[in-house]
Amino acid sequence: MQTTVGNATQEADLPEVIKDLFAKFGEQSFVVQQTKDQVPTLWVERAQLIDVLEFLRGMPRPYSMLYDLSAMDERLRTHRWGLPAADFTVFYHLLSIERNADVRLKVALSQDSLSVPTAVNLFPNANWYEREVWDLFGIAFDGHPLLVRIMLPRTWTGHPLRKDYPARATEFDPFMLDAAKQDAEQEALRFRPEEWGMQPGTADEDFMFLNLGPNHPSAHGAFRIVLQLDGEQILDCVPDIGYHHRGAEKMGERQSWHSYIPYTDRIDYLGGVMNNLPYVLAVEKLAGIQVPARVQTIRVMMAEFFRITSHLLFLGTYIQDVGGMTPIFFMFTDRMKAYDVIEAITGGRMHPAWFRIGGVAHDLPNGWDKRVREFVEWMPKRLDEYVKAAIKNSILKSRTIGVAQYNARDAIEWGVTGPGLRATGIDFDLRKARPYSGYENFDFDIPVSQNGDAYDRCLLRIEEMRQSLRIIKQCLDHMPAGPYKADHPLTVPPPKEKTLQHIETLITHFLSVSWGPVMPAGEASQMIEATKGINSYYLVSDNATMSYRTRIRTPSFAHLQQIPSVIRGSMIPDLIAYLASIDFVMADVDR
Amino acid sequence: MLTWLTPDLQHILFTVFQGVVILVVTVLFAAYLSLIERKLLAWWQDRHGPNRVGPFGMFQIVADMLKMFFKEDWTPPFADSFVFRLAPFIAMSTILLSMAIIPITATWGVIDLNVGLLFFFGMAGLAVYSVMFAAWSSNNKYALLGGLRAAAQTLSYEVFMGIALMGVVMQAGSFNLREIVEAQSGLWNIVPQFFGFCTFLIAGIAVTHRHPFDQPEAEQELADGYHIEYSGMKWGMFFVAEYIGIVVVSALLVTLFFGGWKPLPYLDFIPGIFWFLGKTAFFVMLFVLVRGSLMRPRYDHVMKFSWLVCLPLTLINLLVTAAVLLLAGA
Repeated sequence: MQTTVGNATQEADLPEVIKDLFAKFGEQSFVVQQTKDQVPTLWVERAQLIDVLEFLRGMPRPYSMLYDLSAMDERLRTHRWGLPAADFTVFYHLLSIERNADVRLKVALSQDSLSVPTAVNLFPNANWYEREVWDLFGIAFDGHPLLVRIMLPRTWTGHPLRKDYPARATEFDPFMLDAAKQDAEQEALRFRPEEWGMQPGTADEDFMFLNLGPNHPSAHGAFRIVLQLDGEQILDCVPDIGYHHRGAEKMGERQSWHSYIPYTDRIDYLGGVMNNLPYVLAVEKLAGIQVPARVQTIRVMMAEFFRITSHLLFLGTYIQDVGGMTPIFFMFTDRMKAYDVIEAITGGRMHPAWFRIGGVAHDLPNGWDKRVREFVEWMPKRLDEYVKAAIKNSILKSRTIGVAQYNARDAIEWGVTGPGLRATGIDFDLRKARPYSGYENFDFDIPVSQNGDAYDRCLLRIEEMRQSLRIIKQCLDHMPAGPYKADHPLTVPPPKEKTLQHIETLITHFLSVSWGPVMPAGEASQMIEATKGINSYYLVSDNATMSYRTRIRTPSFAHLQQIPSVIRGSMIPDLIAYLASIDFVMADVDR
Repeated sequence: MLTWLTPDLQHILFTVFQGVVILVVTVLFAAYLSLIERKLLAWWQDRHGPNRVGPFGMFQIVADMLKMFFKEDWTPPFADSFVFRLAPFIAMSTILLSMAIIPITATWGVIDLNVGLLFFFGMAGLAVYSVMFAAWSSNNKYALLGGLRAAAQTLSYEVFMGIALMGVVMQAGSFNLREIVEAQSGLWNIVPQFFGFCTFLIAGIAVTHRHPFDQPEAEQELADGYHIEYSGMKWGMFFVAEYIGIVVVSALLVTLFFGGWKPLPYLDFIPGIFWFLGKTAFFVMLFVLVRGSLMRPRYDHVMKFSWLVCLPLTLINLLVTAAVLLLAGA
């Protein structure tokens, strides 16, 4: 249950970070909230926020990564159990790699004073998160360098993630695009260098401002990056996102817990069921479901399959972006083989939407092991060949070694996770650091390298594929027997065997498949090591059939924000190699 | 009867006939090369390639041409329209003219220029104007960057392209390509002029803007660079010019280093024309294979490679050849 812990309760049980904060700022400054994900969560006064953030960032073994920052409209929330009065909440999720621990800070805001001091001076990556909160909630950040919309066009009116903003198209007037409106929209997209603090030129020369995207062969989706060029040298750049924004978080507030699963598939559209995993794990925390070992193992196996297909596409496009046209065709052959296995097991290919709350959709089909084994035996030889034919090529090396290099400190400062972080020498993979879904039972290694350049990021992903194959092999050899869904009333769809004998089960089953399950009120989040970095869902239930707030933290968003700081001073071809090495998909950035 | 058909006139008519045949065959082969390239790449890439139009996709090129002819012949309103239209003509005509100097067999060939090789250098030098005109007149930033790259690259590569062939010229004692072929009767130039061959091959790829020296277009970086604003037949002319360039450079490689129409020992029962075509086809395929297998180096690395590796190599080759010839003569 969610409760507000008063000032002087259970001193001994409190996490270390809360004790440190109490010692520094006094207990009266905070309200501690219990959440179902065990992340220490504290409510802070707005006036003290920056001091607290600064303290956390500066303490020994610091919380140096701003992992997530977003907000919530609290106005319609009924189950609040005496949390501080708030119309809106802004929350800050900090992560400490040294401690392998998190802390979440919340700031309560009332409707007539919707502003918070900016955290950009402490955490440079707060910039985009604060713009997103401004865009979607209309909460201002005092002192922010340029608080403009980021997801939606600047011409937009309203703030969509507010509860009074309609979610359905039928609640709006029909959309019309006439010539005048089109001109206005296009004018709003015009890039103004002065706005971003850029000089249009010096006394001797003018700079060229080049629009790379939103339609460009190497932008990997609808992504625009405006370059300030001196010849081919990039002096500065401004990434522009939002062209792929679908309002996935808003959709979460009107889909039942169960029917939201297919939407998660399309967040990182190369991740398939890997996207379902953090969502169903978070919902299971809310519901209090423990899944059987067979479910855990099936989930791990399928997630690792998608890690391989995603990394294969990365590898192909990476080589293609530095000019090698052939390898990607071979990698698509491999991906087809993987998808054939995935299809045989799940019935879907790219977006199977196959995980369920409390289980998976079906049991493994007969003969699954034969097909999985074929793939596991096929793949390693191919990977060796790719390394020999492409990765060791001296042109590829000259294009990527030392290109777009950043160190561990920069990576943490910008919220980089996944291979982009591990390439800087930091051994932080959630599958080892905070095992979920039974990863602690597997024997595998986390590849780490030191250079932090575009080449290392690629090498790591190739090694990760080999490790994923190891994990799949272990799933194959040690698949536990047992049921493929949990025996729990909130499992969707719930077990039906007893429905005809047991009236209570029948009612639960009926409600669960007609309304959808009602998750107990509370808050839970789950991070996983997804294909591109750390992906997490932070879910708030108000004891309803739908989520009250669905926050999706995606790795690609953070990685794109980092681009200008890495690429300044490099050339256009380096930018292309860098973009390829990030391995992002725009759906994962914009949600 | 036929008294007006004097030997002089016969000679003129035969030359015109030869010229027309060589022109038509070159253009047709170049156009067909697009299909051949797609097929070859497909085989190397584990896929089928065009196989819908006609047997083995043989008529794909016809379909492509029909499509291209019927496309709107569009000139962007912001372009400098005269220069914009001129550029593809320069691309096509300069490279086609270069074909004229190449002796196909002992008796065939359009023209025997005593400055044959210099004529080719001249045409290759002019060809860069097509890229620069296209880039400049398109009034597009990507095109402009492509044009800048083309200018820098051509400058770098034409310098040593000329020097690379001076060894060949010295050995033959002539710029005339027919005499150069005749001078290889004993031993093909590939043996004594191996370094000249390597550097000229690289320069040849660079001159035709073929991968990995397709810096001016660099799809992944500049999204097709200098011809980004072109479409329809004007784009088609750039496209065919590129393939003609491949044919011309391949034919030159054969003529200068592989004895032109000369057969291998003991195989002289095969007519010269087949030797010439076969050798040329080999190099054409090499062009395609290079495209299919290599990555694209960064543009400044390409320049560095030209000035720091190729140019010294060609100069050393030139000096050594000169020394050897001098000693042999003495």
